[in-house]
This record gives sequence, structure tokens and C-alpha cells, in this order.
Amino acid sequence: MAFEDQRTTVYKIDPEHPESESLPTLRTEELLLNLGPQHPSTHGVLKVILELEGERLVKSTPVMGYLHRGVEKLAEDGTYHQFIPHTDRLDYVCAMYNNFAYCRAVEKLLNLQVPERAEYLRTIVAEVQRIIGHQFWLGAQALDIGAMTVFFYCFRDREILLDWFNELCGARLTTSWYRIGGVERDLTPSLIDKLKQFLDYFPPKIDEYQVFLEKNRIWLGRTKGVAVISAEDAVSFGLSGPVLRGSGVDYDLRKYEPYSAYPKCEFSVPVGKNGDTYDRYWIRVMELYESVKIIRQCLDQMQEGPVMADVPSVTLPPKERVFTNLEAMIQQFKLFSQGFDAPPGEVYCGTEAHKGELGFYIVSTGGGKPYRLKIRAPSFIHMGAFDHMSRGYMISDACTIFGSYDIVMGECDR
Amino acid sequence: MHPLLQRIQQTFSVGVTGLAEWRGDAAVTVSRNMLHEVAQFLRNDPGMDFDYIVHVSSVDWPDDEERFEVVWEFYSIRKRHRIRLKTRVPESDCVVDSLTDLWKGADFMEREVFDMMGIRFRNHPDLRRILMPDDYTEGYPLRKDFPLRGKGWRDTFDFLDEVPR
Repeated sequence: MAFEDQRTTVYKIDPEHPESESLPTLRTEELLLNLGPQHPSTHGVLKVILELEGERLVKSTPVMGYLHRGVEKLAEDGTYHQFIPHTDRLDYVCAMYNNFAYCRAVEKLLNLQVPERAEYLRTIVAEVQRIIGHQFWLGAQALDIGAMTVFFYCFRDREILLDWFNELCGARLTTSWYRIGGVERDLTPSLIDKLKQFLDYFPPKIDEYQVFLEKNRIWLGRTKGVAVISAEDAVSFGLSGPVLRGSGVDYDLRKYEPYSAYPKCEFSVPVGKNGDTYDRYWIRVMELYESVKIIRQCLDQMQEGPVMADVPSVTLPPKERVFTNLEAMIQQFKLFSQGFDAPPGEVYCGTEAHKGELGFYIVSTGGGKPYRLKIRAPSFIHMGAFDHMSRGYMISDACTIFGSYDIVMGECDR
Repeated sequence: MHPLLQRIQQTFSVGVTGLAEWRGDAAVTVSRNMLHEVAQFLRNDPGMDFDYIVHVSSVDWPDDEERFEVVWEFYSIRKRHRIRLKTRVPESDCVVDSLTDLWKGADFMEREVFDMMGIRFRNHPDLRRILMPDDYTEGYPLRKDFPLRGKGWRDTFDFLDEVPR
């Protein structure tokens, strides 16, 4: 069964010769439709003004900013350490990856080396977060399209990992576990056991998700050939992550600019070829298998060692010492209230989050606070391509399209 | 010096006002009237080949004569290198050329800079506010003279530090 680009069949009545269609002369005009801001499948408060010709989208204008909280402005007012909890609230589905991207940017600014064990822990937790993100996406996207069962299966397994996060850092969603220079605490033996159990449990479950969708006529009909974007356009729009890889560009910062423990792991980057919603779905499912592989390798290779860099002027002292030692408590207090003295300069550091390239651009003039902090949020940049990608498709495809970006408005609006 | 910066220095005898490399990031500062030309060179030259736009940003330096700095960051997917392009604009004439004709993604990113910092982009197809409401008249939030708590009707809030003790 071949799937063509679904945009090819747009029927128009020739205004010069309406009678040639052997139809009575009809008055045609474009219809404006507001989709959102409250709509169950907009993944947050987002309004899209759709210009319609019949049921086809002629032009769509996203209206964003309902969740704008001025995070970049807030960053200028707090110290570097104080900003970590703010990053949780950007993409609130995948807080760990935001922490990771931010800490990496600050470490680049400070030229700080992270101990090896901490690099492995960061990679493990980031990949666990990637699994959670893709499960969430798969469930929500299938629900948007009308396949409800997958949602329950995905969320059942996501729950195991959220409980794992809860045991790791005491929070399920807003985690704040990464620290500048390392991580907050090591994995306990119980956590490692639970993670290993999950890695054995999970791959058959991915096959199970696919059973629901791969042979489902409705799913295939609504994803194959929908929201096609060419590789050239996708690059020009600055898309990243699975959305870009779906168009056949293998841009993945884990491979292009290897960081953390990724260069020590063997994994492949799945790349699509049609650039449609189905390819983006396929890539995310394949990445679930790759994440499992990466976590396994990290658990095998990881050696004992410190989980925080030992640079007292920058990194926080261990919690046990804060509660038992006066100097450590003063150090912790000073680091949070005054911050450390960052060198003047500017850096950009991009990290491959599960949505795409999450980057932080930090301008420092010295002192404990960033002078300017800019967040390159993949969701925001993907929305820029929405009009281009939606033209010619049906109204019902609009939800599929922003679903396929894996959009979270907290990150989009910041 | 970074080979990309060397190449830019050789190509442009005027207009390039600063070249810097720090923490492995190469940055080039150009004068405002040369911006589009340099950007075109970065996009089309086979040795540069910057096909991917990473972000557009802006920095406010209130004490400087040319107050605003606009920053573009580009990446080349084929050549795997990145560069930062910067230019300065004075407050009295906050206009720079839009690069939407070279990178389509610049559209939303430049709108955000306009919204947050008030810098106008010449030849931008649709320069409107993007995150703040269209009828927002209280200024540009990321400027340094914009108070953190906000302006306008928020001034009437009873913040805790204003309550007499």
C-alpha cells in the first residue's frame, strides 16, 4: 500500500468558469477558525488561527505566550545555582534534561570538569528521562489521533520510572537532581536493582506499543504522508531532534558533539526518509530501544568514584557535611545567596534533549548572576514551521502536526 | 586563530569589527550595514556552509553608546562547525536587517527578539509580538530598565516588602 503526500488532492472551483464543474454557482469564502486556547490536544494553552478553505488549511497562525512567565528575566535576578529549579518548569514533562542542558552550559562557562562517575549517572538519568518523554509523547499523540489504549500502556510503564525518580530525588516531575559540577546524590543499590529490572521488563513492552499502532489502519492513514517536510526546509527552519531526523538528516548532538558518557557508549541514531508524522513516530520508538541500550552500557561501565567535582568555590558541599560541619554550611549558604564568581564571557551550549536541541546561551560579566540567559527551546522553534507544514492538510491534521513536534507549552513560551 | 575567523578576516576588509574565540566558541562582530552581506557569505560560501540556524538573541548594554547587541548562532550540519554572529545597534535607531530570506527559522526567533528587546528587523515578513499580547504597551521586558516585577497595573499590587512593619 503506497502512501502519497496527502496534500496532492486539493479541489478548487475555478472562479472564472464555475459552471465548468457542472455545479450550481456557489459563493466561496475563507473561514477563520480558532483552535484553542483551551483544546484537549493542544498540549497546553496554545491558540492557532486557522484559515480554511472547506476543510483544508490555507494558512495557520500560532498565537503563543499564554504560559509566558519571563524565565529569562528571572534568570538575571538569581544566582547560577538558584536557576536550576526554574529549568524544571520549562519542559515540565522532562525536567531532568533541562537541568542537564543548563548545568552543561554553566560548566562550559566555568570550564569545569565533571567526575567520571557523575558523567555516567547523568547519562543514565538523561536516558531514563528520554524514555519517559517518548512514552508520554506516544501516549498523547495516539490519544490525539483517537487510539486510546496505547495511552494507558505508555502511562503504566511511565509510572514505574516516575516512582524511580521519586526514590532518586524525592520528586516525580520537578526533579532538580543535576548540580553544577555533578549530581546531587549517587544511585543507591536499590535504585540500580530497580533500573535493571525495568530494563529487562521494558523492551517487550515497546513491541507491545507497536502492535497497537503498526497495523492499525487509522493510525497509518492519519500519520503516513501527513505533515511532510523536506530535509532542506527542516534544516532551514532550525528543526531538531526526531522532527529533523524524520526528514533524513542525522543531526544528533550526542553524535555530532559528543558529551558526557555518550562517546563511550555504542548506539545508533535512527533516521527516517519520508519526513512525515509516521517517520517521526518510528524514530521515537526506535530511540526507546537505543536508550535501553545506552543505560545498560553505562551501568556496566560505571566505576566507583565521586559524583561531584571538588571545586569548593563553585560546587556545593555534600549534604551530610552541611548538616554536621559549620564551614560546609557557610559554603552552601554563600554559594546560594551570593553565587560563585563566573568569568566574564559568553558561551552557547546545546544538548540533545528528547524534543530536540535544547540550548542555553549565557552572557556573563563576572559575578554570581548571569547577565543574560537565553534559552533555545526546541518547541518554540518547531512552532515556527507549523504554518509551512500544515498548509493543504485537513483541520483534524492540525492536532497531529503539533502533536508530532512533541510540543510542551511551558518550554515554548518560557 | 580559529580557521573560520581567519577566513572571514581575509574575505572582509571592512565591516568586521571584532573576532573572538572563547571556550571553543568562535564569534564575529560586524557593523550593522555589513550584516546581511556577511550572513549571506556564511550561508552560501562552500567553506562556511552554515545551513542551520540555532538561535537569535539579544543583549542589552545600557551604558554603551550602541546599546543593543543582536546575536545569531549558526551551525553547519555538513561541516559540523558553529559560529556566532553579532552586531550592535543604538537605541535611537533599533533596526537591523532580517535574515529570514536566508534561514526560514529566523522568522519566529527574530519576532521573539523584537517582542522582548524592541529591536526591529528590516524586511521581516510579519514583525509582531509573539509571546506578549499584541496590545501590550508597557515596553520590552528583557531590557535592563524594565523592572523584574513588571510595569503598569502590577504597580498597584501590595508586595510584601511594601507593607509597613
